Amino acid sequence: MIDTSVREKYTAVIGLEVHAQLLTKTKIYNTDANAYGHSPNTNVSVITLGHPGTLPKLNKKVVEYAIKMGLACGCDISREQIFDRKNYFYPDLPKGYQLTQDRTPICMNGHVTVFPKNGEPRDITLNRIHIEEDAGKSIHLAGETDSLVDFNRAGVPLIEIVTEPAIRSSEEANSFLTEVRKLVRYLDICDGNMEEGSLRCDANISVMLKGSTTLGKKVEVKNMNSIRNVQRAIDHEIERQIAEIEKGNTIFSETRTFDAATGTTAGMRTKEELNDYRYFPDPDLSPLIVSEEWLKEIEATMPSLPNDLLAKYVKEFNLPEYDAQVLTDTKEIAAYFEALCGKTSNYKAASNWVMGPVKSYLNDSNENIEDLSVTPENLAEIIQLVDESKVSFSAASQRLFPAMLKGDGQSALATAESLGLIQDSDSDSIGELIDEVLAAFPDKVAAYRKGQKGLIGMFMGEVMKKSNGSADPKITNELLRNKLA
Amino acid sequence: MEPYTSLNLIREDLKSGKITCCELVEYYLKNIEDHKYLNAFLEVYTEEAQETAKKVDVKIKEGTAGPLAGLVVSIKDVLCHLDHGLQASSKILEGFQSQFNGTAVQRLIDADAIIIGRTNCDEFAMGSSNENSAFGPVLNAIDNERVPGGSSGGAAVSVQADMCLVALGSDTGGSVRQPAAFCGVIGLKPTYSRISRHGLMAYASSFDCIGLLAKNVDSIAATLEVIAGKDDYDSTVSQKPVPHYSQNLTPDSEYKIAYIRETMEAEGINEEVKAKTVEAIEKLKSNGHQVDAVDFPLLDYLLATYYILTTAEASSNLSRYDGVKYGFRSPHTHDLESMYKKSRSEGFGHEVKTRIMLGTFVLSASYYDAYYTKAQKVRRMIRDETKKILSKYDFIVLPTSPTTAFKLGEHSEDPLEMYLADLFTVQSSVSGLPTISIPNGKDNGGLPIGLQIVSDDFQEEKILAFSNYLINLN
Repeated sequence: MIDTSVREKYTAVIGLEVHAQLLTKTKIYNTDANAYGHSPNTNVSVITLGHPGTLPKLNKKVVEYAIKMGLACGCDISREQIFDRKNYFYPDLPKGYQLTQDRTPICMNGHVTVFPKNGEPRDITLNRIHIEEDAGKSIHLAGETDSLVDFNRAGVPLIEIVTEPAIRSSEEANSFLTEVRKLVRYLDICDGNMEEGSLRCDANISVMLKGSTTLGKKVEVKNMNSIRNVQRAIDHEIERQIAEIEKGNTIFSETRTFDAATGTTAGMRTKEELNDYRYFPDPDLSPLIVSEEWLKEIEATMPSLPNDLLAKYVKEFNLPEYDAQVLTDTKEIAAYFEALCGKTSNYKAASNWVMGPVKSYLNDSNENIEDLSVTPENLAEIIQLVDESKVSFSAASQRLFPAMLKGDGQSALATAESLGLIQDSDSDSIGELIDEVLAAFPDKVAAYRKGQKGLIGMFMGEVMKKSNGSADPKITNELLRNKLA
Repeated sequence: MEPYTSLNLIREDLKSGKITCCELVEYYLKNIEDHKYLNAFLEVYTEEAQETAKKVDVKIKEGTAGPLAGLVVSIKDVLCHLDHGLQASSKILEGFQSQFNGTAVQRLIDADAIIIGRTNCDEFAMGSSNENSAFGPVLNAIDNERVPGGSSGGAAVSVQADMCLVALGSDTGGSVRQPAAFCGVIGLKPTYSRISRHGLMAYASSFDCIGLLAKNVDSIAATLEVIAGKDDYDSTVSQKPVPHYSQNLTPDSEYKIAYIRETMEAEGINEEVKAKTVEAIEKLKSNGHQVDAVDFPLLDYLLATYYILTTAEASSNLSRYDGVKYGFRSPHTHDLESMYKKSRSEGFGHEVKTRIMLGTFVLSASYYDAYYTKAQKVRRMIRDETKKILSKYDFIVLPTSPTTAFKLGEHSEDPLEMYLADLFTVQSSVSGLPTISIPNGKDNGGLPIGLQIVSDDFQEEKILAFSNYLINLN
């Protein structure tokens, strides 16, 4: 570990390249299934395999999904899509070139807002989002001299989201990825699964002395299969680069791979050669024009996005920022909450219910909120019962809600009735408050019973305090005496 | 059996019962057998053709035969034909069989055409003499010491020597027209995108066209109208409806025709070729057509533009032949890099490697703008200028090749000399315009001379009608 005072001298400059596999039914240039986990080389037509005489045909859904991401990030959408060939040899690349977008990315500019743990929210500017095809997978089996290739993944559609070198810390990087994952899931264009590789991230990292205007040499780090590992890799790489510079060494541009077991990066054994990909426009795909009409259609299908909902919950629903963050964490929870708020206007209670009993049940049961048997309508009814003092909150959360989770389709009121949870008179609720007070002061209760009858005044005061002065003193006094008898 | 040149005539005779498809196929098979030494075919589908002929004969009797019943066709070894060998005359695709039918081939089959075999060609359609084939050169049937032209040399000879009625070839820079001229047959390169490229092995994708060869315009027209048109597998194919070419072969009474002054003064143009071209022009004039000389100063840039762009595309298109997935893999390899290098070095022939290297060079970062970008701009200018002429004239006529068929090995030392053979054909290829080569007499040695007719985009109907007229005029 380098000294904090040394660390403080430097600024880190980080750019991310995020690849997201799109959830289209078929591949980007043919009708092979786009599916994960199938037997090797089962989703491979002659087009995927790049047989002689085959041509690509663009799956328009891919363009639609990419545009959605662009719109979600406030990007400019290019109206003429040209696809380029990126030429290089690798066994998992069937055509000997990858179809990508070099000069005309579908989305340009735009930004993603990050909410780093120890810092202010900030907009990270995007350089571009472009469309490309995934390659197959080389498989090197232990003990085998020959490698194998699985082409199922070849031609799976990807978008690559490229940031400007605008990220300043690993925490910002973490938040960027969290937000991107949230966005693709809200948009339903990618499952965001980093372990399975449907969301992948490479980081370009450099350091420079604070106040310097010349960027340091950037190092590309690959092979991080979780958001946490991206953060770890960046932290390690910043430390490593600073340590090298402090030792008087120079940093050179290279590609390094992250080892999750040790938390360190190591240079990849690739030769120091300049890759010339010889990009040029693919003559097999005609330029695709994004018409105003099509763009409008896509815009019309855009769902509410997490940041819009967050702003709404804070500004319109007067919820704390923390609540709003938790409620918009996933599209599904937000959808549930939205539906709930359509049925009740007690937003704070709604938030408490979702963040409390609902989330803890989901955590314990591993259930998805979409499958919850207590519907937003049911929960709104429960909230109403509590608001109207027909059921106490404790009874509602500890008995009514669990009973309804087992769900026989009955209304909340009917369930509360059959469980005997309805407070049919004021005396019931006052009785509860008295029970709580008496339970809180066991010594005083004993003393009263031994003859210190003057304590009745103190008990009365406590009950009144608990009821915010709303308890009827006459009934309270009568109930108290009965309970203490 | 008398040789047929017209599909119309074959149809009539089939209908009247004068001949059967089985007899036709036997006739062609015998010619193929008799001309084996020409090396036009890489593979002959004897039994398959006989079987198909039987079925088509039944269909004819039942009245259910398709529009190309009676057409016996050869296909160049760059067209995908399900479960049939496909090698582009290259060693690198040793043992490869296509796993699908390309669109043109599928449409031929669906229309009851009989595919009799696949023809020899220059490797990956790169060449102008058919000498660049891994299976040896094809010989010109008129003079066996001479080349048939290329790259569709086998296709041209298959028609020339009466081994089929129509041949499908491919034309990237003249590969159908030039061999047609050398062999004295008709060769049509349609407008770029008129016929789907699905199932046509790519040489230079933005130039590649399937082309047709035959001795008679009606046979070409009937075949073209079946295989052309939109196709779900090719996103660059034209969506324009396909006219009934074969029904519309009546010419107009008066045409406006241009010829390019510079072509007649070009270095290397053979005097006899020039004289025959002038003769054709005079004949058109004397038949009441307007023929004017026009200038086309970009002529000098044609070959450079063509070779920069086609080699660039080829270098990328041929990357897939790497020994990983199919075809030839060198046995002398010990790791990935040597597998690539050896497989490609041993699998590709000299000309193909030359073009891959040239294309890799022009696309490389340091030279991209100087070559590729500039050539793209010049391409646009060439197309615009050519179309400008065609906005005032119905056709441009020009010789197909500066010379008649040359001798085998004559140009093998100097590739530039060989590239000059393409001088007159690449203009239409760079411009994407439809062009036909029709026989235009012979030189003193009896070698055929070709005349090209170029028209504006998608004017195949007009070209075919005019060609039919001009051929009958001769």
